[in-house]
Amino acid sequence: MIDFQTDPSRYRHWRLQFDGPIAQLVMDVDPAGGLFEGYELKLNSYDLGVDIELADAVQRLRFEHPEVGAVVIRSGKENVFCAGANIRMLGKSSHGHKVGFCKFTNETRCAIEDASENSGQRYLAAINGTAAGGGYELAVATDHILLIDDRRSTVSLPETPLLAVLPGTGGLTRVTDKRKVRRDLADVFCSTEEGVRGKRAVEWRLVDEVVPPSAWEGRVMQRAAEIAARSDRPREARGVALTPLERRIEADALRYGFVSVAIDRAKRQAVLTVTAPQGPPPEALEAAKTAGFWPLQMARELDDAMLHLRLNEPEIGLWVLRTEGDSAHVLAHDAFLEAHKADWFVREVRLSLKRVLKRLDMTSRSLVALIEPGSCFAGTLAELAFAADRSVMRHGAALALSPLNHGAYPMANGLTRLEARFYGEPASLDAARARPGAIEAEDAEAMGLVTFAYDEVDWEDEVRIMLEERTSFSPDALTGMEANLRFVGPETMETRIFGRLTAWQNWIFQRPNSVGEQGALKLYGSGVQPSFDRNRV
Amino acid sequence: MPDGMNVDYDGLIPNNVGLAEDARVKKALETWHPGYIDWWKDMGPEGFQEALVYLRTAVSVDPKGWARFDYVKMPEYKWGILLAPKVENRLIGFGQHKGEPAWQEIPGEYRGMLRRLMVIQGDTEPASVEQQRHLGKTAPSLYDLRNLFQVNVEEGRHLWAMVYLLQKYLGKDGREEAEELLNRRSGNADSPRMLGAFNEATPDWVSFFMFTFFTDRDGKMQLEALAQSGFDPLSRTCRFMLTEEAHHMFVGETGVQRIIERTCEAMKAAGISDPTDVERIRALGVVDLPTLQRKMNLHFSLTLDLFGNEVSTNAANAYNAGMKGRYREDKIEDDHRLLDATYPVLRCIDGQIAQEAVPALSALNMRLRDDYVQDCQGGVNRWNKAIEKAGIQFRLTLPHVAFNRRIGEFSRLHADPEGRVIDAATFAANHDRWLPNADDNLYITGLMKPVDAAGAYAGWIAAPKVGIDNKPGHFEYVKIWN
Repeated sequence: MIDFQTDPSRYRHWRLQFDGPIAQLVMDVDPAGGLFEGYELKLNSYDLGVDIELADAVQRLRFEHPEVGAVVIRSGKENVFCAGANIRMLGKSSHGHKVGFCKFTNETRCAIEDASENSGQRYLAAINGTAAGGGYELAVATDHILLIDDRRSTVSLPETPLLAVLPGTGGLTRVTDKRKVRRDLADVFCSTEEGVRGKRAVEWRLVDEVVPPSAWEGRVMQRAAEIAARSDRPREARGVALTPLERRIEADALRYGFVSVAIDRAKRQAVLTVTAPQGPPPEALEAAKTAGFWPLQMARELDDAMLHLRLNEPEIGLWVLRTEGDSAHVLAHDAFLEAHKADWFVREVRLSLKRVLKRLDMTSRSLVALIEPGSCFAGTLAELAFAADRSVMRHGAALALSPLNHGAYPMANGLTRLEARFYGEPASLDAARARPGAIEAEDAEAMGLVTFAYDEVDWEDEVRIMLEERTSFSPDALTGMEANLRFVGPETMETRIFGRLTAWQNWIFQRPNSVGEQGALKLYGSGVQPSFDRNRV
Repeated sequence: MPDGMNVDYDGLIPNNVGLAEDARVKKALETWHPGYIDWWKDMGPEGFQEALVYLRTAVSVDPKGWARFDYVKMPEYKWGILLAPKVENRLIGFGQHKGEPAWQEIPGEYRGMLRRLMVIQGDTEPASVEQQRHLGKTAPSLYDLRNLFQVNVEEGRHLWAMVYLLQKYLGKDGREEAEELLNRRSGNADSPRMLGAFNEATPDWVSFFMFTFFTDRDGKMQLEALAQSGFDPLSRTCRFMLTEEAHHMFVGETGVQRIIERTCEAMKAAGISDPTDVERIRALGVVDLPTLQRKMNLHFSLTLDLFGNEVSTNAANAYNAGMKGRYREDKIEDDHRLLDATYPVLRCIDGQIAQEAVPALSALNMRLRDDYVQDCQGGVNRWNKAIEKAGIQFRLTLPHVAFNRRIGEFSRLHADPEGRVIDAATFAANHDRWLPNADDNLYITGLMKPVDAAGAYAGWIAAPKVGIDNKPGHFEYVKIWN
């Protein structure tokens, strides 16, 4: 089983160092610390295990270190920053694992950018050696890239010439969309195995500055200090420790405090149930600042449950989303999150919820929300229903909206889930915005907030037939169909990464030119040249 | 004479590659030339740019009589572009293109690989000149001074050889890389040479002899492997470089041998039979054998790092592509493809040193390293003969390949010179016993006093048996004051 829970005392591949408002996140991968047998993580190459630690560090830096305004990602090894994803690991992995690995690493890179953009905790990359492939992709996830100018360190995206795949962890997209490298130069860069170094790397906008070794340490810390000085994070505040989640893993169930998962293997489905808080939020803001604050704990639990199901339960193709509890308590927490949104901690909680909901959007499982009496699809939890491919509501149930449905949790395309839902219906969006209080099933259906509403006579059969039909379809076609329908409208860098780059990458990952017995990924390191099917498709 | 054996000395740049008819490359090299001369004056042998040195200069590539000896000021040395004669209808000898005609132009798909191979090889050539530039001040004789300068000018010529290939075959990129070769500086914090061992100082003449014996021998092995290349110009270049490299090996091996001979001679004359009686031996002004052993341990282990990782993708790719072969590939009897073969490699497995059979293609660095160790052992055996002949009970031994390593499998553990795995504390406690210590270095530095009378030698090194170019003992190899 792949476990996504860790903490700094258990890291094998990263070190965190703190000096006032500057944190250093030092990558020093243990070659013998691979998640699976059969490959060594040489030259700071990474696998999912390395990235799980990175994701944990990024999350903890936000919550546990309000004083940190700048995070420097650097290497603990000499002459190499990071060699990217481990190729032997990729060569040995199943298609499903490769795809899951790439999705998770992409989500982590996006979390780094989210911290830089929204948390006042900006990332820098200090490239003190070779940064190849995923190594450079990690660097471009930061806001400022320093490259050591020792006449040998280069940045490169050698995937195409070397491995017959793409720089699929955002590389191609960020080079053009974020670094704004001219597209013909990007073409040269992405097909040059040895990469680009020194002045040219700056001229092509691949890095922000190059620094001679003698000035290196000083310049890195100077830039970090400048960036930290612009942060709005409170230097004096106390962090909130992300204490270990209480979690029970059983054969067919996962149980957390506010989240539970029941797996029905015969039906290839899992029921995810999110429970409302037991009561209203604390009166005082400071009293909320614990890992047990309902929105935070619930978000962490839901995140862990989703990751577990994604990587460890690939055959469970349908997730049924349920909620239980008192909507009033959920809405009270939403009001609290809205009232205190200027506070650093509340900001982090909201951003964390945003990312968890994005992870749900990006999940390649059919999502169906069942809205029943006793449920609490209200405000933040209503987003679960809006994220689902379909939502069905039983007469007698109610849902409710809160201000958080209108901007706190944008999707990857920059729209709220309601904006996406009503992409061609501005009037419906306005009506939803104007509607206070509980919304009964018939109304919700009429307003377009749910797919269908059924009375108690029809409910059982309609739901059963819908779920059985869904799991009978081809999982591949469903994945493709859902990923298309969920994201209407505008493209952003993020949707381009998940929709264009990774979709092409996942296609290439299926093709013999990369994964066949004579393919480049399979033969990499053997010295044997791949033989390509020369037909352009 | 066969085609390409005549060297054109008419132009600025002596060559046997028809430079006069190749306007593009001629222009590139002439543009590069002033920068090279500036580099030589800045970074070449310090204090001897005006001295007349009795040097050999290649005048032909005919193995039977390729060099001419004469006095020359080093900045006026005829550096040039010399390739071994072309072998008609040469075929690629190994890898997936085995049996196809050797390439005369760079195949596009291997451009990056060849560029890397040439740049790394090219970078080591000027590096050693830089490392050795201060040695002239403390030469133990004019004979040794001349040998140092011969090695230096030929390393300079080897740089020319690689620069020619870069400029001729890699266009604009090649010209940029050629410039960069002049811009990096050994040991410079901001623009170091590419490989670690070439950024270490060569502080004294014992180090110089050890360096030419051990580290130049790595250069020889790399050249041997590249001489097998299916890219014919690279093969021809390296084959001619090997002709010159033989002298460098000679300087290293005989240098150490002469130190040993002198030490043994002095010990016998003083009636000392215990080679570990360091205090009394040093009182004689010679280098004690245990110190030589420590110097060997250092230079051998540093050089092993140059062979790279035990299991290497780059080496496999270069072999399969037909770009870099094995040592004496053409003499090996196998299929020269190695797709199914394995090779035994010492690895670090669970903290222990263990042998493992790995795919032969991935183990090419190790195969070359094993050949190198064997080549070193030959020289060490000859040194031990000299000690034995003097009747002294001491044997110099190569340390285990796991000892004192920074790169590869064994960088993760500590081992003693016999290859037993030990902990960090034990290694630290024995460091001064196994590697040159502060006392050793201080003592050797104290010995380094220049001797510049013709025919005279410092007290810590024996005279050579034969002179260069069969010159008599009192010959003035370097006219320092002309």
